[in-house]
Order: sequence, then structure tokens, then C-alpha cells
Amino acid sequence: MANDSAIAIRGVAKSFAGTTVLHDINLEIFDGEFFTMLGPSGSGKTTLLRMVAGFETPDRGTISLHGDDVTQRSAHVRPVNTVFQDYALFPHMDVVTNVEYGLRVAGVKKEDRRRRASEALAMVQLEGFAKRRPAQLSGGQRQRVALARAIVNEPSVLLLDEPLGALDLKLRQEMQTELKVIQRRIGITFLYVTHDQEEAMAMSDRIAIMNAGVIEQVGSPKEIYELPASPFVASFIGTSNVIVRNGRTQSLRPERLRLLLPASSPPEGTITEPATVADVVYLGPVIRVYVRLANGDDLVVVQSNDGLAGPSFSVAAGDAVLVAWRPQDAFDLESELV
Amino acid sequence: MTTSVDPSTKSGGPRALHSSALARSRWRTAFLLSPPLLWFLVIYLSSLVLMLITSFWSVNNFTSQITHQLTGSNFAQISAGAYPTIILRTFLLAALVTVTDAVVAFPFAYVMARLAGKRAQRLLLGAVLLPLWASYLAKVYAWISILEKGGALNWTFSKLGLPDPNLGFTNGAMWIAFCYIWLPYMIVPIYGALERIPSSLLDASADLGGSSWSTFRRVLLPLALPGLLAGSIFTFSLTLGDYVTPLLIGGSNSTLIGNAIYENLLNGGNLPLAAALSIVPIVIMVVYLTIAKRLGAFEAL
Repeated sequence: MANDSAIAIRGVAKSFAGTTVLHDINLEIFDGEFFTMLGPSGSGKTTLLRMVAGFETPDRGTISLHGDDVTQRSAHVRPVNTVFQDYALFPHMDVVTNVEYGLRVAGVKKEDRRRRASEALAMVQLEGFAKRRPAQLSGGQRQRVALARAIVNEPSVLLLDEPLGALDLKLRQEMQTELKVIQRRIGITFLYVTHDQEEAMAMSDRIAIMNAGVIEQVGSPKEIYELPASPFVASFIGTSNVIVRNGRTQSLRPERLRLLLPASSPPEGTITEPATVADVVYLGPVIRVYVRLANGDDLVVVQSNDGLAGPSFSVAAGDAVLVAWRPQDAFDLESELV
Repeated sequence: MTTSVDPSTKSGGPRALHSSALARSRWRTAFLLSPPLLWFLVIYLSSLVLMLITSFWSVNNFTSQITHQLTGSNFAQISAGAYPTIILRTFLLAALVTVTDAVVAFPFAYVMARLAGKRAQRLLLGAVLLPLWASYLAKVYAWISILEKGGALNWTFSKLGLPDPNLGFTNGAMWIAFCYIWLPYMIVPIYGALERIPSSLLDASADLGGSSWSTFRRVLLPLALPGLLAGSIFTFSLTLGDYVTPLLIGGSNSTLIGNAIYENLLNGGNLPLAAALSIVPIVIMVVYLTIAKRLGAFEAL
């Protein structure tokens, strides 16, 4: 069950007015998965989502939902529903009429759709808001109505286009947890689009990193963070130091580096290089130190403020230090050299 | 029940500062609004009130002088004889022109607002607005030359081997001319309403399984209704009040309320009766707007 294909995208390409926005995309998303397409704006992630929804048609390639080729089918006959970035609530209808819209156009009887709509509203904790107009709701409440309006139709796949983009940080974090809970409870596939890497890491089973119309890497949050496949992924997810040693491009996570005093002896099995402190930024839980290696490479070092970091907390700009790391923490980046 | 002192009543607090700023801005608003408000009251509303009062006066049949005594005789007069027919004809024609213009304007405005590219949009808007620069009379005369016996329409029909439609100087000719002249007043507000609808709402309707027809009926039309209504107010009231087109292009049975007012004002010398007739289109419009409001046409504004 878990490995049944929910969405299969094969060889999809798309251009708008001569500009190619997607090059030959291949992607398989499994049933019940929380899958996120993560990338900067203009990477093609929203276009790909709109193709799955049926708002755009690919120039080449096919899109299948549960084995059905839906490439040429229009949006209103596809078994998917979308939560839009601007929520797209109908301003002339109250909340419950918005939520039951899909059931109404499908010809579901009135008592039936009222019951299902109030169940969906209960799931997003909006009981008692049924008679309000969208204009009378806060951003967070509108977001919940949009979610209820989509899940009430029991789609096989739910598409979410940056649904939390307009909310403030605290609300966004609450909604992240809630979305994940709802997804587990109803068990349908979520295809989520965002440019916020923290959001993607917090919720997703798997993430596809997109850049300039291609998928750079697909993997679990852990795989993507710890084994980035390209310099782009390494720098887009978290911060990363990219260095070239012996002709190989390698990535070093800032929190895997240690600063030592020049006189001290490094821990066994570590690589050390002398460096000069360029700047120190105190952030509370962590301290961020910018250093320059002897060969001119700039590195970022993040030290935990756990009381054990020792001398690295007393460094100041201009100090000479040693930077140490374990060889296994410097991993080769695949593909093209920078 | 608590008896605490409202801190805002103490002077000198931040609240007091705030309310004095508010008072100042109110004075400024009042100052800025007073000239247009004065104009509205004196020129616009008072003339309407005067007309209403005049409609309850009467004319002495012997002296032809206005008797300044309130009476309902004018309204009794317009509810009998030829007047009910004239009122009904005017009302039906205005309704027919409004419906025709709405049906023609909606698809046109839709193409302009949602399908055309930026260039085509500007071009179409220009094409809609350009006829407004031409004189009203020139446009009616153009229609006379199309519809009259030796006109372009009859000529085209005879070339096609069809019988002459002979539309000139009939109620049909009035209908065509009115529909043509008022069409821009219908297209522009509908265009404005349609252009403001975010396309994500149409996507959302399709996404939730709505066919094109459902989307049109449940989303597009209700949201365009305020524009449609604004346009219909123009076409309906402009037709209700017109008296030139019936004179130029209408036939012997084409007298409208406007012509009846004109007759009583200039030939009959009966100002009170003309005033009473003028109340009729106003009452029709008030009833129309009340119904539109009841139907929720203003709710999407």
C-alpha cells in the first residue's frame, strides 16, 4: 500500500513565451506521502503543481494519478483538490457554503453535504464559524476554511501551493504541526509547494529540491541535509561551506566544524587547517564565527552555546585559530564543479 | 456592575491627545466636503424636492396660471387615458434594451477582461469608448440611414433576395438605436467587475469540480452582478428619460414618457402635470434598486 504510486510525472517539460520553466521532470510520489517541492521562486515548482491540478498542460510528457493518465483531462474532472496561496475563498458565500461548494457541484444532497461540511470544519477547528463571510475572518481562519473546502471532497491527492506563506511565524509553525496531524489522520497524499526550507524539513516525508526548472535532488529531509547531491542543494538547505580539496568539491556543514586555539592538539582523526577569525556573531543558543583559511576560503562555523565549546567563545576578529573537522563530514558534491 | 473611572475621561492622557487629533481630522473632512455637499443639497436635491412639490400643484384651466394648492389631480390624470400605455411602453422598452445590452455586453466584457492580451484589451476598450465621442444625434441619424426604406438594411436584404424588413420609424428601430447608443454604458461597468475577479477563484471553482457552467453561474455571474447592475441602471434610466430618439426614429406609436413630459412642458404649458410624469421614472428606478438590493446584488461590492 505504502508504495503505490499516487502521482507519476514522466518527462514533463513546459515553456512560457519561449522561456523554458520545466526541463524533463520525472517524479514519483507515493500514496499517503507528505511530499514537498522546495525551491526558490522561479524554480518551476508552482507550475508543476498547477499541472497536477490541471490548470496548465505540459508541452511534453505525462502526468498520472493512481495509474490513470490525466495529462489531457481538465481540472474539474481530476480527483485532486488544491489549497491556494491566496486561499481563493468565494467572497460572496459564507464559510459553510464555501466548504460545501465541491459537494454541491457534484450533486450531493443538502443534509449530506451540510453534515460533511461541518465535519470538515470541525477537523480544522472552525465550528461556529459556518455563517461568517470570508472577509470577517483572520488570515489563519481563512487558511483553515480553504483547507476544509479541499479535504471535504476526499480527494486522492491534496495540492497545497505555499498555503502558509501569508501567515506570521508563530501561526505558521502551529499550522505546520496541524497540517501534519490532519494528513496522518485522513491518510491522503499531500503535495506541498514552498520556498521555506524549514517548513519543508518540519513536515515532509520526502522533499524534491527544484532549481531553474530541474529537480536537483529527491530524498528525506535527513538525506537532503546530510548528503546534498549538488552545490545548489548544499547551499539552499541550511548554510553550507563549499570547499575544493584535491580537485574535489566538498560540502562542510557549519555545525560540524570546531574552532581550536592554535597551540592545542586537535582531537584524534580530525583534519585541521589554520585560519583567522573575520567576524563573530552572538545569537544566543549558538555563536556564528566567520573565518578565513590560509588559502583564502571563507568558512562559517556555528558553535553550540552549551558551555563545552571552550576557547571558541572567547575568540574575536583577528585571532588566529585552528578549524577542525572529521573527514567523513566533508562529503563530495555530485556533478558539476562550481 | 463596576464603578471604575474610565481613564479616557481624564484630560491630558494619550487618549485625549488621540481624540483631539481625531476631532481635528473630522473638522478638516467637513471643511473639504462642504462645497460639494452644498452643491449636492442646493442644486441637486432641492430641485428634486421642488419638482415633487410642483407635481401636486395644478393649472387653472381659464387663466393658465399655476394654482399653488396641493392636489392629487395630476396623478389621477396620468393613471387614465393614453398615459398608462405610454408609461408601460417606456418601461417595457427600457427593460428590453437593458436585457439586450446585458446579453451583448457580458461576453464582450468577458473577452476584454479575461481573455484578451494587454494590447487587444486596450484596443477593444478604445473601440467601446470611441462612439461616445460622436454626437448622440449623429448616431441616431446614422441608424435612420440604415433602417429607413432606401437604407442599407433594406438594400442588403433585397440583394439577398429577402423581403424588406422596413424597420425605419417603428418601435423596433427605437429598440435597435437605444441598444446601440447605451451599449458602452453596459460594457464598461461589467468589464470593471470582471477584471477585478481574481483568476484563482475561477481556478478554485474548477478545482472543486465545477464545470464551466457551474463556475459561470455560481462564481463569475454573482461577482459580476454589481457591474451588471451598475450598467443596467445606466441603460434603464437613460432609456426611461429619453425623448429625442423616439422623435427621430420612432413611429406614430412610439411616444415615451419623455415625449409626454416635453409635450406638457412646451406645448401644453402644464408644468405640474409634467412634474408628475417625471416622478414616474424616478419611482420605477427606486423600486428597481430596492428589488436589486433585496436580491443581494450589492453584497459582492
